Amino acid sequence: MTDVRRRDAPGVPRHLFVLAAVSIVMLLAGRGADAQERPRYGGELVYVVPTEPASYDGHREGTFALVHPLAPVYSTLLRFDPTDRTGTKVVGDLAESWTVAKDGRTYTFKIRRGVRFHDGSDLTSKDVKASYDKIVNPPADVISFRKGQYTAIEAIEAPDPTTVIFRLKWPAASLITALASPFNWIYKADILAKDMHWYETHVMGSGAFVFVEHVKGAYWAGKKNPSYWDKGKPYLDGYRALVVKDGNAQVAAVRAERAHVQFRGFTPAERDSIVQALGPKVTVQESPWDCVLLVGMNHEKKPWDDKRARRALTLALDRYQGSQALSKIAIVKSVGGVQVPGTPFATPPAELEKLAGYSHDTAKSRAEARRLLKEAGVPEGFAFSLKNRNVPMPYEPVAIWLVDQWRRVGLQARHDFIESTKWEADLREGNYEVAVDTQCSYAVDPDLDLYKFQSMGISGNNYGRYVDQTLDDLYQKQSRALDAEERKKWVRDFERRLLDEEAHYAYTLQWHRIIPHSAKLRGWTITPSHFVNNQLDGVWLSE
Amino acid sequence: MAIGRPVDVAAEIPEATRRHRWLAAVGEFCRKRPLGALGAAVVVVNILVGIGANVIAPYDPLATDYGAMLARPSVTHWLGTDAFGRDVLSRIIYGSRTAMLVGFACAFLGATIGAVIGVASAYFAGKVDLLVQRVMDIFLAFPLIILALAVVSILGTGIGNVIVAIAIPMIPRAALVSRSSALAIREMPYVDAARAAGFRHRRIILRHMLPNVMAPYLIMLTAYLGQAILAEASLTFLGLGVSEPTAAWGLMLRGAAVQFAESAPWMAIFPGLAISLAVFAFNLFGDSLRDALDPRLRAQ
Repeated sequence: MTDVRRRDAPGVPRHLFVLAAVSIVMLLAGRGADAQERPRYGGELVYVVPTEPASYDGHREGTFALVHPLAPVYSTLLRFDPTDRTGTKVVGDLAESWTVAKDGRTYTFKIRRGVRFHDGSDLTSKDVKASYDKIVNPPADVISFRKGQYTAIEAIEAPDPTTVIFRLKWPAASLITALASPFNWIYKADILAKDMHWYETHVMGSGAFVFVEHVKGAYWAGKKNPSYWDKGKPYLDGYRALVVKDGNAQVAAVRAERAHVQFRGFTPAERDSIVQALGPKVTVQESPWDCVLLVGMNHEKKPWDDKRARRALTLALDRYQGSQALSKIAIVKSVGGVQVPGTPFATPPAELEKLAGYSHDTAKSRAEARRLLKEAGVPEGFAFSLKNRNVPMPYEPVAIWLVDQWRRVGLQARHDFIESTKWEADLREGNYEVAVDTQCSYAVDPDLDLYKFQSMGISGNNYGRYVDQTLDDLYQKQSRALDAEERKKWVRDFERRLLDEEAHYAYTLQWHRIIPHSAKLRGWTITPSHFVNNQLDGVWLSE
Repeated sequence: MAIGRPVDVAAEIPEATRRHRWLAAVGEFCRKRPLGALGAAVVVVNILVGIGANVIAPYDPLATDYGAMLARPSVTHWLGTDAFGRDVLSRIIYGSRTAMLVGFACAFLGATIGAVIGVASAYFAGKVDLLVQRVMDIFLAFPLIILALAVVSILGTGIGNVIVAIAIPMIPRAALVSRSSALAIREMPYVDAARAAGFRHRRIILRHMLPNVMAPYLIMLTAYLGQAILAEASLTFLGLGVSEPTAAWGLMLRGAAVQFAESAPWMAIFPGLAISLAVFAFNLFGDSLRDALDPRLRAQ
């Protein structure tokens, strides 16, 4: 029943919006001022981390819970420019410069001199090679979480202490982005030679801060590295990452000024609550988030083996209305395809509308969905289970929206809101009909964002359980296209096949990152990824 | 000596007299225990609302209206809408169906299984009684909600599993009460007579002893109803009970209700009131029923 006579605006007081707008304007003004303002030395940055990692090894983990407290301790070969809001501009960290051979198969990096590990030893190309050997070709008993992103690498060489060469099997358009991964910390070669698992339980890097301690369930602490290679940095005396798992407690910590920031993100309501409490003492930064919830359909279960049924699920969604409504209550906002809207390889809105489920004519799409369901032999009122991860935000609101959208084409989805570990195991084992799946990257890049959707067997997390040779070929073509325009074409073809022709997966709405932080925190810029920009070397406190 | 067929006294009383007696008992209950009667009335209303939800509710409890998100209570939406524009009143009305279903199922299962175990334990006595009571003691060591949490984390979420999870901790409590009543019944001559007549244990327990612990059984049943509703709401609030978009009171208190507690308090206040009222009513009714059925309290 949708016949509602009163159409109120959501019950968020208007002054909150005004306050948020003022904060954003202040932020924009402040960013200009940042450039001119002289950074202030001293102080301890206190931030909240909502969860804890399983180990201390960045090569093995995939969670922000590790990067947020430990990225300040480590250096990487390359990094994303901390001042770039798109999080796509790569700059050197340990690499002073680099060159690419004409055939696109040899990358030569010059390593900075004078970089020291926190134990006082020099960091050389030997350490970079050892770290990347562990990431790209780990021994059988060592887990490398992102190994699949480096399949193009044939060999890594360290001909002298300041040179590292990556030789590729084929040209890889995303290699530079992949080498800027915030997880690819450079470890000490001598330690790795003795024990490949040492970094799982110990911390020792070459970053702007020296690790002090981690009290499980309580906090992480780091202090300024006086021998940091970038003279004059860091500005902070140290940092303290408080482990606060409860969402309300996180908001309370920022509201009560016990913490300057929580780097992952808050919901719109939480932002409003913080802005209301702190007024001009808070700055709000917002950005599209390179994370999205997907509708995964198990191709091994009927009727989802039929692409007509799969298309019907995506055609039933009114993404534009969903975006308008859900962005008020959840951390989702933009309607996008396989790339974050507004980024170099993203499909423009006019072209996106041609894909199934992206048309503004929802009535027509839903009529088409009903026709396809009938053709596929799916009866009116067909019931199925939607498995979802019991993480409230944004999994629950998005699932409620999905269930509602499918009801409008005569489908009855039963929402199974299950514990994360079971959800993951069920998806991995194909023990589901339809599920809320997720895709998150540390940078907006086609290789990183599309890897998941290759055929089962190639991709380790293709939970749709399909094999699509054409899709795999398209992935390879875009991955090897060094010309941006050519790559764009292959990315579009991939997107059309994935979301429209075969409808292997359905994208819901792009996440939206909202960081309300203390106005004292300066020198930090939001990006579309909550994995990057956590080295804190350029961050300072104004008072 | 032959034992004659037991006389069914109830069957010998005319229908009209029985109805009159029952009405008189209800009248007396209402007169002597007005609070209990009030509780009973609320319980009846809850049950009727649950049964007739699809007739009473002004809106479909699952229908979203993104144009009316977080709307304040008004003539259109008496209790306002939630973060998805769903009518809060309709969800509370349908939520009573979930609450009553879970409440009655849990209370019935817990009290019945517990009563059977308790009576059987008293009947067999000796080592069996000792063993059963120690097992019950182990379960009794855990607070109801903790044990329910443990069970639901093993079984998983969903209405069926929640019912089992809440019923299990109720069993030992019911067993304990039933056993203490059954210990006295066990010594009654008619139990000896049944044994002497060669009836099987099952028959003696179920047909001769169990009906005689009906008073404590009914008290437990009403007392457990309130507890079960509260436990279901708690489990659901913690994300371990029923899932969205099902209309359930505990579910209405979590998620967006917490997020928007300051700007849209009606989302939490009304389902909270519904839970409080239902639990309060069941407890009032249960307490009064206990007073009415307990001969010692009745004498006072």
